[in-house]
Amino acid sequence: MHGTADLDDSGALLEQVNGALENATPLRIQGANSKAFLGRIVAGEIVDTRSHRGIVSYDPTELVITARCGTPLAELLQVLDAAQQMLPCEPPAFADDATVGGMIACGLSGPRRPWSGSVRDYVLGTRVITGLGKHLRFGGEVMKNVAGYDVSRLMAGSYGTLGLITEVSLKVLPKPRKTLSISLDMNSERALQSLSQWGQQPLPISAACHDGERLHLRLEGGEGSVAAARDRLGGEPLDSAFWADLNEHHLPFFDEDQPLWRLSLPHNTPKLSLPGRQLIDWGGAQRWLKSDAEASFLRQVVDEAGGHVTSYSHGLTDSPFQPLPVALMRYHRSLKQQLDPRGIFNPGRLYAEL
Amino acid sequence: MNILYDERVDGVLPDVDKAGLLQALHTQWPDLEVLHQQEELKPYECDGLSAYRTTPMLVVLPRDIAQVQGVLKLCHERQVPVVARGAGTGLSGGALPLEKGVLLVMARFNQILHIDPAARTARVQPGVRNLAISQAAAQFGLYYAPDPSSQIACSIGGNVAENAGGVHCLKYGLTVHNVLKVDILTVDGECLTLGSNALDSPGLDLLALFTGSEGMLGVITEVTVKLLPKPQSAKVLLAAFDSVEKAGRAVGEIIAAGIIPGGLEMMDNLAIRAAEDFIHAGYPVDAEAILLCELDGVEADVHDDCTRVRQVLEQAGATEVRLAKDEAERVRFWAGRKNAFPAVGRLSPDYYCMDGTIPRRELPGVLKAIAGLSTEYGLRVANVFHAGDGNMHPLILFDANTPGELERAETLGGKILELCVKVGGSITGEHGVGREKINQMCAQFNSDELTLFHGIKAAFDPGGLLNPGKNIPTLHRCAEFGAMHVHAGQLPFPDLERF
Repeated sequence: MHGTADLDDSGALLEQVNGALENATPLRIQGANSKAFLGRIVAGEIVDTRSHRGIVSYDPTELVITARCGTPLAELLQVLDAAQQMLPCEPPAFADDATVGGMIACGLSGPRRPWSGSVRDYVLGTRVITGLGKHLRFGGEVMKNVAGYDVSRLMAGSYGTLGLITEVSLKVLPKPRKTLSISLDMNSERALQSLSQWGQQPLPISAACHDGERLHLRLEGGEGSVAAARDRLGGEPLDSAFWADLNEHHLPFFDEDQPLWRLSLPHNTPKLSLPGRQLIDWGGAQRWLKSDAEASFLRQVVDEAGGHVTSYSHGLTDSPFQPLPVALMRYHRSLKQQLDPRGIFNPGRLYAEL
Repeated sequence: MNILYDERVDGVLPDVDKAGLLQALHTQWPDLEVLHQQEELKPYECDGLSAYRTTPMLVVLPRDIAQVQGVLKLCHERQVPVVARGAGTGLSGGALPLEKGVLLVMARFNQILHIDPAARTARVQPGVRNLAISQAAAQFGLYYAPDPSSQIACSIGGNVAENAGGVHCLKYGLTVHNVLKVDILTVDGECLTLGSNALDSPGLDLLALFTGSEGMLGVITEVTVKLLPKPQSAKVLLAAFDSVEKAGRAVGEIIAAGIIPGGLEMMDNLAIRAAEDFIHAGYPVDAEAILLCELDGVEADVHDDCTRVRQVLEQAGATEVRLAKDEAERVRFWAGRKNAFPAVGRLSPDYYCMDGTIPRRELPGVLKAIAGLSTEYGLRVANVFHAGDGNMHPLILFDANTPGELERAETLGGKILELCVKVGGSITGEHGVGREKINQMCAQFNSDELTLFHGIKAAFDPGGLLNPGKNIPTLHRCAEFGAMHVHAGQLPFPDLERF
């Protein structure tokens, strides 16, 4: 049902959306379904985005790549790699065939996030099929653009609830000249304290994870700064494959049979005392928890610390994303009503009310 | 086509009972400072885009958030339009008042509430000046990265409303990349927190949507920004070129060498001469273009990068490459660039600063076309360019006292922006649409896109009371704008989608 040749299939996608609008048929937008375990379960007619694929333009000296939504993320990364460039937010794929559209719609970022910025931070422009059945363009292929509302960045992490993203333009950057990973023996309390101190200094840290026993760091930059930081911090060399395993949840930590929770916190939050096992990423700002604890309990603890909780175990709770304050939800609904008045795009994926 | 609010094409505004509103404000908020006499209102009739002026009906200067909330609630009940204003340094008329509206001045909210060095954040009121944040954070070795040229005066609330940029955007991002959280009041005075002290928050990314929304969706009452450790070292290279094309190519080659400079600026000959006359920065006045390339970071890397960039510049045909020999010279090199606008202002009674962005590869063609337009309209244009991120600031020189020159400058400016759109760029990189570029929005977006923008506005402000007439044109205005272009003869770019 989907080939591997580059194809502008936006006409067919638009036709399917228009058909759904006519009959008010809910649509379930999917690429490779690699992140279908996130969010609530959506019932609807499937729109498969994978036929609309291919890199539309890429000029390494402009630092911008534009790709259709069905383009495999791996293909995009390969093209960047060949030009010694990268997507600094290092989005996880969670499957070999994950698509660019799904990467934007879910807006998940990898270990470099605290230092480089998120998926949304690299979005420059999008094309979107809207709830009024139009195929529109927002933002563009330039770094700075403040004309109109920032619809493109709003689309990042919206889980397809506001429209069908057909194309995206992303800012990319050159790969660092030097990368080196190390592990330090220290407990998590000391790791969090150290990270907080190091964060105030110009150190070339680009990933920091504590697995319960050791602190793993990635240093990236020029040869000089990386060597100097290595000398200062000491530690043992670490295989850089660790970061991909962390990003893709291939570390043994993620295998255990308990529910998985993502805790997003101010990075300098002290170690939270919660039932289960924790793994600290993003220098403290993202913590993974394997725990049988109740959702409401976790939400309360994390909310008090200034963060929020997401369930990564499909179907475990009816609200995998932390519920919103009443007033904020009202404006979410109001926005959804304006952009998707017939409620056809991934209804209920983010929240039951959307 | 007049840029001031025109009810015929911008939408009818409700008639306001000024005396009644004034009375109600006095009764409900006896301590609230309200300006209502003609001479008191005068200083508020424009922002940084001083060619356009409207006297507001009333100016309110609240001192606490409860007053802001009270003003919004009252104006909402009485259907009074509200225009929020920070320091009033905006260059697109985003804070241009309305005769039938209240101007809500947020400048008195100038307190830095908390700097948390461990969290690397600053929580500030919206009227705090951009530079004041970095000054307060300096004791911890931290700073706030976005640095618009107006940073000594502009306020952070305005920076968020406009998604302000600066000369370091390529490496450090815009305002949207450096803000964690904002508190806003909606049109009816309800408080919402967008974003969080963590790196993300649940639900839709309304923080991204609000950043750059030009006061159309809510009023910002508090901002939490990210702070960064100050780079250990910063060095500047100045390269001279005998053609703009060569300078443009050199920029691409620096990037191709895998280097992201902290700042990368280009100036053309007219701008170079103006800056040199004014600042005596030591610029080579015979050069057709200069590049200023700042490399910052850890000492050892900066040293290596300087060597690499120097090689690239020489290979790209630079006639001269100079490394600022000390901090004083580095500051002087930058002073020339940072004062380019007032320097050009000395060449001419008035100047009009444009703000288009283009894909960098289009630079030679666009500069050539600008030179052509400059001749056609008989007005000189100096070019300064954030070369790293494709943001051009053509400065059109004119004399407002010569009948017709302002109009000619406006038309020329409009043509330049439409040219930016044509080559795949944008009508505004960092100054915002405001009132100034309201007509060019019709060239940037089609009617369906504008309709979606109006939908977003309606989700937050269904009555259209917040900053009416800014940022997004009505379809009616675009229809007239399009018609006007046709009547003048040929459409400027007949292949552009229009309606």
